[in-house]
Amino acid sequence: MNIVVLVKLVPDTYSERKLSDTDHTLDRDSADAVLDEINERAVEEALQLKEAHGGEVTALCVGPDRAVDAVRKALQMGADKAVHVSDAALHGSDVITTAKVLAKAVGTIDGVDLVIAGNEASDGRAGAVPAILAELLGLPQLTHANKVTVEGDTITVERATDDGVLHLQATLPALVSVSEKINEPRYPSFKGIMAAKKKPITTLTVADLGLDPAGVGLSGAWTAVLEAAPKPPRTAGERVEDNGDGGTKIAEYLVGQKLI
Amino acid sequence: MVAERTLPTSEAEDLIALVREIARDELAPKAAEHEEREVFPRDAFRLLGRTGLLGLPYPERFGGGEQPYEVYLQALEEVASAWMSVGVGVSVHVMSCYALANHGTDEQRDRWLPDMLAGDLLGAYALSEVQAGSDAAALATRAVRDGADYVLTGTKAWISHAGHADFYTLMARTSDAGARGISCFLVPGDTPGLTAGAPERKMGLTGSTTAQLHLTDARVSAQRRIGAEGQGLALALSSLDSGRLGIAACAVGLAQAALDEAVAYAKQRTQFGRPIIDFQGLEFLLADMAAAVDSARATYLDAARRRDRGLPFRRQAATAKLIATDAAMKVTTDAVQVLGGAGYTRDFPVERYLREAKVTQIFEGTNQIQRLVIARELRRA
Repeated sequence: MNIVVLVKLVPDTYSERKLSDTDHTLDRDSADAVLDEINERAVEEALQLKEAHGGEVTALCVGPDRAVDAVRKALQMGADKAVHVSDAALHGSDVITTAKVLAKAVGTIDGVDLVIAGNEASDGRAGAVPAILAELLGLPQLTHANKVTVEGDTITVERATDDGVLHLQATLPALVSVSEKINEPRYPSFKGIMAAKKKPITTLTVADLGLDPAGVGLSGAWTAVLEAAPKPPRTAGERVEDNGDGGTKIAEYLVGQKLI
Repeated sequence: MVAERTLPTSEAEDLIALVREIARDELAPKAAEHEEREVFPRDAFRLLGRTGLLGLPYPERFGGGEQPYEVYLQALEEVASAWMSVGVGVSVHVMSCYALANHGTDEQRDRWLPDMLAGDLLGAYALSEVQAGSDAAALATRAVRDGADYVLTGTKAWISHAGHADFYTLMARTSDAGARGISCFLVPGDTPGLTAGAPERKMGLTGSTTAQLHLTDARVSAQRRIGAEGQGLALALSSLDSGRLGIAACAVGLAQAALDEAVAYAKQRTQFGRPIIDFQGLEFLLADMAAAVDSARATYLDAARRRDRGLPFRRQAATAKLIATDAAMKVTTDAVQVLGGAGYTRDFPVERYLREAKVTQIFEGTNQIQRLVIARELRRA
């Protein structure tokens, strides 16, 4: 089974994340960057499926040159090879452009049976790329999967919702997006680190994919960030004196905040 | 603050990044509770083993990472910084593989070393006895040849991982020829007649089990003797040179953790309307702590680089152990001072760091023995 897994370099959630002052895109220099945790789970799922069914795992990344760190992490975990689309023209691309580029890049990989993505990146948090990509590729989309099973050419996933568990089924090839409950991703081993150095990474530009550089990036985006402000500093909070009615006071506070 | 490192290769950088991730996400969150409850974290070693961190400085052909000491020690420092008991445990394991890796026959190494480095197994090093501490040559545990076996009888003391270890690199007396009557054995942990005593009730490193090891007619195949009869002490002492570098790295990691905690606290704690880091009294204390950490790290790295180049490093290793562990004692003590009353409570980790620092001045050769080694090397030069 040939699996393509989408990986993305995002600012570490442990560090302070900022938008740049000039064009309100992500300020990539302000924070440590890591492979998005949801992508680690996507890679883990791909590796487990490969271990069960054989085949090959290709990590696919769209991002600036330094995003190769995310690609390398996926290779260290055990992916076999990688495709990295890196082009300055892509700066500021919206979800639609990103999905178009990904679709073209998936097209460069032979015999793809399954595309696995995280359901939502921890930086942009649009959560739309997997669905758009599936539409562009003409693949059935099985999103927000908590569990994935493949038997023959049938893929079944479980999706947990507030109303119960949904069972989705499709015939391969297909696209799956995984939720954060799907698995616990493995750590790379030192042997994995050493092996990753020898694994092939194909680097492509927008032109290599047959796309017009003028149509991608900030200028081609359907959405624009007009304004951005840092989140206000955390305030001291409110102290509740418990005179036997502490529970009620907390409940009143939460009702006031529309939390319950 | 993350320790700033200069590393020789990109794979070393990736390795340190991986160790930091595991230390932050898997080790640090569990340390306080395990230490409080005095529970040995066997699973933590399994994780490190799977990741390849228990065999870093050994050859690839036996399943090791073939990393120079310069890199292995910095990885070890990161582990110790998150959890000292685990850092010391990794150092002990690596030292317990040393005799076989460096003095075993090819046949012995092919047979046992890959499993010892693969990560499922945990090792221990058994040299000391109750009456043979600094004077290791006074050890009395006997190994008597009986056909294809040796029969071991006696009691080893202060054994890290006693009762948990899968194998012991153990020194025992095969003749009465003093320092030249000692031999080295690779003893399986499940050998009949081998039992661990009750864990010592220690001041610190309470997550790491230390106990006596009792040997009562314990049969060990003669094939498991490492080196010739009588070579055991020389072999044990040569592995100590490397082991001391491990302890130096652990001590620096511990001191770095204490410094980080002290700086973070001094930035957020306000008195007289200002963060206390703005008072020169604290500022100078913190600066001295940082200088002690940096210089200790530089000292062990210098010794490590000599080792990696095949140069003599016995004196430098003893110096590194002395400097780094004294630095850890000073820095952890001062970290408690920076946190004031809070630092004296078990709600903050620095009092534990202080307790953990003390033993580093004692084990792997007391700091008095380190001075003796340094002076002996000076005399010889």
